[in-house]
Amino acid sequence: MLRLTADVRRQMVDHCLAGLPEEACGLLGGTPDPADATVLYPTRNLAASARLYTVDPLEHLKADRDAEQRGLELIGVFHSHTHTDAYPSPTDVAQAPDPCWHYVLVSLKFADPVVRSFRIVDGTIDEEEVEVS
Amino acid sequence: MPVEVRLPTVLRQHAGGQASVKANGETLEDVFVDLVRQFPGLAGQVVTEDGALHKFVNVYRNDDDVRYLDKLATKVADGDVISILPAVAGG
Repeated sequence: MLRLTADVRRQMVDHCLAGLPEEACGLLGGTPDPADATVLYPTRNLAASARLYTVDPLEHLKADRDAEQRGLELIGVFHSHTHTDAYPSPTDVAQAPDPCWHYVLVSLKFADPVVRSFRIVDGTIDEEEVEVS
Repeated sequence: MPVEVRLPTVLRQHAGGQASVKANGETLEDVFVDLVRQFPGLAGQVVTEDGALHKFVNVYRNDDDVRYLDKLATKVADGDVISILPAVAGG
């Protein structure tokens, strides 16, 4: 299960909506076990695309340092799907770098954004519950 | 010269769970050779068999992406922090 604070969820959805018509992305800071995301790091999408995303590596570095200073770590990544469901694409699975991370998808397909989270280990997708507290 | 090498979570399993390790060298290539000498499980994780940086990692010397410096020939100095980060991308 992945827990998000209400602020993290709101900031994440706002960043995804602001990124339209392109995909938006960012990183989640928090504690790995239990998995609590308490800080959101919105990043630029270097791919600047409606179908692909690339987290800006310098912003990734800065987020990593900030999380460490807070006694936290980066525990996952989020990105939007502008016209498809909140489910990992084959590209997402192929490029998932870390089996410990939480892969959060925000679908903007419908008027109400849908937030779902997945673990991706050795190419296998497992959905997990998302709790907003 | 010792530098600090910061490892992403996915590589820490190869370095006894440590987030940060020390390594020696005059260049980034030396540092990675020393890193693999200390932690053989890191072989092939950052540098390819052809001797290039893997495309799915980003390496920083302090605040600079080494791809825009001299890649593996980038000089390092005592006290530099080398950060290895997974490239985060998808579709």
